[in-house]
Amino acid sequence: MSVRLEDVTASQVQDAISQERFRQGSSAVGRVLTLVIIADESTQADAVRSAAQAAREHPCRILTAIPRPGRGEPRLDAEISVGGADGLGELAELRLRGPLAHHIESVILPLLVPDAPVVVWWPSRAPAVPSQDPVGRLAQRRITDSAAEARPLKALQTFADGYQHGDTDLAWTRLTPWRALLASALDEPYDGITGATVFAQSSNPSAALLRSWLEFSLGVPVISRNTRGPGITGVSLHVRSGDINISRPAGRMARVSLPHAPERDASLPRRATDGLIAEELRRLDPDEIYGEVLRRFVTPPAQTTAASRTRKAK
Amino acid sequence: MRLNPPAPPSNPLRDERDHRLPRIAGPCGLVIFGVTGDLARKKLMPAVYDLANRGLLPPAFALVGFARRDWEDEDFAQIVHDSVRQYARTEFREDVWAELSKGIRFVAGNFGDDAAFAELAETVAELDRERGTGGNHAFYLSIPPKNFGAVVQQLESSGLSASVDGAWRRVVIEKPFGHDLESARELNDTIGAVFPSGSVFRIDHYLGKETVQNLMALRFANTMFEPIWNSNYVDHVQITMAEDIGIGGRAGYYDGIGAARDVIQNHLLQLLALTAMEEPLSFESRDVRIEKEKVLSAIQLPKDLSLYTARGQYAAGWQGGKPVIGFLDEDGISPGSSTETFAAVRLEIDTRRWAGVPFYLRTGKRLGRRVTELAVVFKRAPHLPFSETATTELGQNAFVVRIQPDEGVTMRFGSKVPGTAMEVRDVNMDFAYGDSFTETSPEAYERLILDVLLGDPPLFPRHEEVELGWSVLDPILDYWATLGQPEQYSSGTWGPASADEMIARDGRSWRRP
Repeated sequence: MSVRLEDVTASQVQDAISQERFRQGSSAVGRVLTLVIIADESTQADAVRSAAQAAREHPCRILTAIPRPGRGEPRLDAEISVGGADGLGELAELRLRGPLAHHIESVILPLLVPDAPVVVWWPSRAPAVPSQDPVGRLAQRRITDSAAEARPLKALQTFADGYQHGDTDLAWTRLTPWRALLASALDEPYDGITGATVFAQSSNPSAALLRSWLEFSLGVPVISRNTRGPGITGVSLHVRSGDINISRPAGRMARVSLPHAPERDASLPRRATDGLIAEELRRLDPDEIYGEVLRRFVTPPAQTTAASRTRKAK
Repeated sequence: MRLNPPAPPSNPLRDERDHRLPRIAGPCGLVIFGVTGDLARKKLMPAVYDLANRGLLPPAFALVGFARRDWEDEDFAQIVHDSVRQYARTEFREDVWAELSKGIRFVAGNFGDDAAFAELAETVAELDRERGTGGNHAFYLSIPPKNFGAVVQQLESSGLSASVDGAWRRVVIEKPFGHDLESARELNDTIGAVFPSGSVFRIDHYLGKETVQNLMALRFANTMFEPIWNSNYVDHVQITMAEDIGIGGRAGYYDGIGAARDVIQNHLLQLLALTAMEEPLSFESRDVRIEKEKVLSAIQLPKDLSLYTARGQYAAGWQGGKPVIGFLDEDGISPGSSTETFAAVRLEIDTRRWAGVPFYLRTGKRLGRRVTELAVVFKRAPHLPFSETATTELGQNAFVVRIQPDEGVTMRFGSKVPGTAMEVRDVNMDFAYGDSFTETSPEAYERLILDVLLGDPPLFPRHEEVELGWSVLDPILDYWATLGQPEQYSSGTWGPASADEMIARDGRSWRRP
């Protein structure tokens, strides 16, 4: 059940959460962290649903801040629900109106779970330097999503420039199954790799990170080829004795072909947001590999391919 | 805590700083004996599917079922399909299934049938060629232990147990590992004659890896528990595994085995070892095993077994609102059966840390509720500066590790009752790892299978531990064998009166978990 509070202060919100927990007799649920979501009205509902799903694995307090800048008096409205059917933690939706929209941290700070890690997630538009953001500064882990930005590759470039340990991007999280499959392909003996190609939709930030990761870890040139997607549709590692190819034309099953082995399919579905957030919450220490990959990130030159030319011709 | 050995450094895509990458097994096959059984249908094969669905199985994976029934590959595939659909933990997706089923084969035959094993060997070789499983195969014996010998010998004579060119062959067996020390040794000799000890995986499905890791993290990653984790502060320890169900259709398995062999021998003694052992040098399998073996060898039996052991059989009664029949009335159980469905025992551990601290172990079927927990109960404070009336309701502090359901930790301590009078009463503080932890964390069987395929054995008990367990239990079982039928207890209660009397002799009482 949710409780609506209008024109309140953060400490009144805190009281209401405590009361609600007490009323439900659930005061003994452990909360391992605070997840702060900074969203707008159009993205908050999906984000909260995904976060609540992830909270099933990581019991947490979810604070959703929805800035509503504009004229008028500063005002905080809140809607809280504790242990409801939609999630097992505590949810607070905070609408910050008027000038208060620019002081989110003043509302968030008193509501953080004491002495527990803080994770902040911007499901759509993130600040250019997340670690410098007033709320971002409170957090150990700052999750951006370059794919949700208006210009994903540019956003990624911006995050790369301002990278600090603790930053992470969902475009990177989306890659984990791809990276796992590629790594497992190299668990078997293979000849020297001379290069690699990543096939993906144009401007796909995950593809750009994958390319950067392959370059970084294999030390070979990696080129990108545009396809119609969805997302990343294939990776080829060029090996002297024959290529290692993984292709995923429809975003669900991947076909793996290795030299000297029969072709096989593997499950490689595109991932839902709740799984991504759950993965992010699993480790809160700096993701050094992401840091390295991002630091080496360079915007790939614009290019035309057969696929994009055909589309233009239509 | 690192329980996985580091990946070979040769793979440039695996960086040890990269915490995200899951380990995917290399090309391999799994051969399940007794594939038509309940366990295989409800647990093993759904777990295989879940692993495939989560992308943790190698693309080159094959599954061979071996059982008596005369099925064609397609019928078998259909039955597996249906049970996977019904029991899989993750969403059922036809495309994942379609891919998995391409590598599924069925071989029918008896365990004594040479031709069937020749066919199995041919099937496995064919899968190596067609699916690229690379000669790596695990044999999962989901069959009654009395058949282990026959199957293992067949595996040897058909050449299936031999690994070639760096490929591996492993064998997985489930408890019970024998029914006493002698039979456990025989079993070990039989299997050891064919498979080296590093290739034998003993599975205790009650004790998931997650639980063991949680327990080790709790004990060895914190400072606040260790200083009081000894006989200076601990009064006694209670380890309970209670089931609310009866034996169901498992009369054939259970009769003659009983609660002590089924649960105490492995599960409760493993929990005892993990609770009582010293800190291992590392979490490598060898180091953990050394500590567990040390503490298991320090176990002392009560001098008078009649005073400090108890056993019972469930009688008809009401269980959670339903009338249920007694053990002796179950199908397939003879009315004269002396198999116990409840067993309790008091053990001591002869080490400086645990001198004088009794460990009470109990397990049973048709008890009050389904629960597994271990409770460390502390001594009372040596002096209470309160009037006597203020602390009449104060019990002993306790630290309880809940294993199932809702895995977590409970702390019990005294707190003042609000009001003007000084009155102290027990309160509980709970921590749960996550209210539906089990839904998102891999199910025990998935981890077990993955560990077998990865060759990652740290938490599987080795035969030394199994044998130590039997040397604890054998004298008790021998003593019980002289007694006739166990005491009856009403279903839905917490066991026979003799169990309560046993602990009451020490001036203590069982927790109601």
